[in-house]
Amino acid sequence: MIKVLFFAQVRELLGTDRIEIPAREGETADSLRQQLAARDDKWARVLGSDKLLVAVNQTLCQWNTTVADGDEVAFFPPVTGG
Amino acid sequence: MTDTDLVLVQTGDFSVAHEYARLADDPADGAVVTFVGKVRDFNDGSEVTGLTLEHYPGMTEKVLQQIAQEARGRWPLNRLTLIHRVGSLQLGEQIVFIGVSSAHRKAAFDACEFLIDFLKTRAPFWKLEQGQQGRRWIDARDSDAQAAEAWASAQQAAEPSSLEHSSSEHSSLEKEA
Repeated sequence: MIKVLFFAQVRELLGTDRIEIPAREGETADSLRQQLAARDDKWARVLGSDKLLVAVNQTLCQWNTTVADGDEVAFFPPVTGG
Repeated sequence: MTDTDLVLVQTGDFSVAHEYARLADDPADGAVVTFVGKVRDFNDGSEVTGLTLEHYPGMTEKVLQQIAQEARGRWPLNRLTLIHRVGSLQLGEQIVFIGVSSAHRKAAFDACEFLIDFLKTRAPFWKLEQGQQGRRWIDARDSDAQAAEAWASAQQAAEPSSLEHSSSEHSSLEKEA
């Protein structure tokens, strides 16, 4: 399984902070996003944002990053701390 | 992370005097530079009553330690402290403390500025502003992204970073909120 986390606006708009989904062969951060976006209009809108960032195993990464069973993937908006 | 680094994510406040004392007690150092970020009234003046800071536990500490190591790779630093608060904060409260010590002032000034610029664009913290008109997520600023990019391009030898990202004053996520 892949643990998927959501933060800030993404978490609020989706109404959930985490889900678990089965890993698939050849999965990437982008294919995972597309799979989740296909759920309904709301998920498509939130996860389709061009501002969306992704971290795999707690490291910010590119959309073509490979995602495997046991990984933790997080989707979130641009950061605004400091 | 070396034993001269202190990286903390906490709900409670911090004491600048206490943190300064830790940074300043090595006689080998000629310079200590500190920065404190505070909750200000933002763009909407007095309407803002407070702020809530969300973060990504686990990733946050990891990123802060990576940023500290990057600073050490660029400047000869001795002590280094990064403290970031999370949770509910009121106007005027301290949010972030950054401090470094070094033999010389320029390294200390530059490293401190680098640390806050990178923290603002890479560390997974998000500000939710509370005001009389409700609550609103703070958007990332282009100027913050540009400041971090300037450091990245300033060092030709630095390895290409996959962490750069663009941001804007108007997030498309915000429109849905």
